[in-house]
Amino acid sequence: MKMKTLAAMALAGAVASGPAVADLVIPDLSYRTGPYAAGGTPFSDGYQDYFNLLNARDGGIGGEPVRIVECETGYNTEKGVECYESTKGEGALIYQPLSTGITYQLIPKATADEIPIHTMGYGRTSAANGEVFNWVFNYPANYWDAASVAVNYLLDENGGDLNGKTIALVYHNSAYGKEPIRTLESLAEMHGFELSQLAVDHPGQEQKSQWLQIRRERPDYVLMWGWGVMNQVAVQEAANIGFPMENFIGNWWAGAEHDVTPAGDAANGYKSLNMNRVIDYPVLADIQSMVHDAGNAAGDGSHMGSVLYVRGMYAAMLAAEAIAKAQEIHGVADVTPAMVRDGMEALEITDARMGELGMEGIGPEFSVSCADHGGAGQGLVQQWNAADSTWVPLTDFISPDDAVIAPLVAEDSAAFAAESGITPGCL
Amino acid sequence: MSADFLYGIEVIINGLMAGVLYALVALGFVLIFKASGIFNYAQGVMALFAALTLVGIMEGQVPFAHLLNAIFGTDIHHFGWEVPALLAIFLTVLVMVAFAWAVQHFVFRHLVGQEPIILFMATIGLAYFLEGVGDLMWGSDIKTIALGLPQGGSFWVEDMTASLGGDDFYGFFIDKLDMVATVVAIVLVISLIAFAQYTKQGRAMRAVADDHQAALSVGISLNYIWVLVWSLAGIVAMVAGIMWGAKSGVQFSLSLIALKALPVLMLGGFTSIPGAIVGGLIIGVGEKLFEYTIGAPFLGGATENWFAYMLALIFLVFRPQGLFGERIIERV
Repeated sequence: MKMKTLAAMALAGAVASGPAVADLVIPDLSYRTGPYAAGGTPFSDGYQDYFNLLNARDGGIGGEPVRIVECETGYNTEKGVECYESTKGEGALIYQPLSTGITYQLIPKATADEIPIHTMGYGRTSAANGEVFNWVFNYPANYWDAASVAVNYLLDENGGDLNGKTIALVYHNSAYGKEPIRTLESLAEMHGFELSQLAVDHPGQEQKSQWLQIRRERPDYVLMWGWGVMNQVAVQEAANIGFPMENFIGNWWAGAEHDVTPAGDAANGYKSLNMNRVIDYPVLADIQSMVHDAGNAAGDGSHMGSVLYVRGMYAAMLAAEAIAKAQEIHGVADVTPAMVRDGMEALEITDARMGELGMEGIGPEFSVSCADHGGAGQGLVQQWNAADSTWVPLTDFISPDDAVIAPLVAEDSAAFAAESGITPGCL
Repeated sequence: MSADFLYGIEVIINGLMAGVLYALVALGFVLIFKASGIFNYAQGVMALFAALTLVGIMEGQVPFAHLLNAIFGTDIHHFGWEVPALLAIFLTVLVMVAFAWAVQHFVFRHLVGQEPIILFMATIGLAYFLEGVGDLMWGSDIKTIALGLPQGGSFWVEDMTASLGGDDFYGFFIDKLDMVATVVAIVLVISLIAFAQYTKQGRAMRAVADDHQAALSVGISLNYIWVLVWSLAGIVAMVAGIMWGAKSGVQFSLSLIALKALPVLMLGGFTSIPGAIVGGLIIGVGEKLFEYTIGAPFLGGATENWFAYMLALIFLVFRPQGLFGERIIERV
């Protein structure tokens, strides 16, 4: 009798604690602790709040509720892999690793497990070639696009001529920081500007040598590929040496509010790229009323509307649209990861659709295909207004130079295919 | 004079200034190691915690607000007042003293007589615990430290020295914050030395550092001295946290500044306050000069971190106890 009762209780417990089969499971590999928490927290808040909105407003996606499974990575690659391993069994539909290091580790694993990865504006750039990286998507833009967008912006600023100009690249001395070098070298050759490279060691707390070098060499422009404390210190050091802030442009991971506020007024005029426009979207009001006011916010609500919050929300929207597309293609609401991959590959984001979703103009229009997992590759330039503590968009979305980027993507992805024994093709 | 030569001097000056900042972190390690033989892995986190506490108090932030809100469903974040800087510094010192007492009372009192490696492990645990408590208490957002510390290059120095070279020399760059840090470090070191030499507690502290058993035999309370030493290390950590936090904002990567102190300690010795200063200066100048002359032109840059450790290793080979460390004599 006792044994029967125990067995029944164990069975009931197992049933109660097991995954709800009908849920659409979205893991959130977040980092709310550690040195990079200031960047990870707002992104994760935006990512989760949008799914919470869909649950509250629409009952999920296609009538299926979304279940977020959050796992703290601390921006640590090993922990990120552990998070992947511990959440994939829940029925994970799509991963957003939010770290280039974690992405590199997950590419072979997720490919083997047949779970799609979305690395929005980070990760392995050549994953834009969907014929090699069937399960990896990096739309709407990647690092090489960012480098090209920055140069195209500077070309525009200089009447189409950068000949004889000097551009210094201050970069995090890591795989992430080195990503744009090859593209910038090609562009330097093409447009006749001189590229000076200055590496900054992790974590970037001490950059005196690099900025003294910039003060000596007086480049016309400084581009920055930074993350974490490196950004705040670089902005402060640039101000310290009196470098004109309007000639200092960070990439889209060096353009959030917390990157500039520690330097105060001295950061005024600093520019950065962005892959998502930051304005007061109608969807934010919906999130406020249906998620935050209902007590279901992912965080404390303080990051609502910030650059990285909006980016997280944008990433969630792209994931939700891909799931909806998968449901449409396969005619079922309870989709599998493979079906979501199909949805991602057939994704089409239009201005009209973004308007319907209450986030008109948040990103560029783009469509995804088997050959192109990279999207439009566009980015805009924004400038920090210290007096108002706001980022002001200076441009519309700028296109990269595909004639430069495409051969680099083809070459790098071909090398990956060769070393991994992959025969390129569509699924 | 040639611009290259003058820029070399500029690099040396800035290296000295950077060295002072490294030494500020190293001082905290030295204080605790000298008095108790504990290598305090948590020193960097203490700098972070002290800076977080200072900013939190100044801004009138409610400690553990996220936790309270999550438990009670409230929405409180700030008390609605701001605390003047000096009072906030005083209150932060009190918090660090309370922390020192808690560390001694709850951790190290129970580990008396244990092997140094056990004590070191305990400080690793302490580091992670304190980082978590700091996050829970004050949140993980980057905070601005509004103490009104001057920032930016000194135009006066720049203008006065610009005429030393030709058109391609723009005068020496010296960061005003680094100048302040240098003055603060000098005052701090003089104060610590004066405290150790001329006060009863300071002499007791030195007695404990020299010989625990002998100090005990003349009635000095080890518990009291260790609380005192951890408190002093906490105050030094606060100063380091303020100076580094002024550069980057107060954020969790501040705890990593401990990495800059390790080669300083290896070079200067773990038991000498002057050693921490001289070690800091040597490392600061060495790494900056190497980056300027060899690292950036020939090796692709970013050589400072590894060069600092390499320099310290070279010193270790010839003088294992560090420049100013106590000579290791073992008699059979």
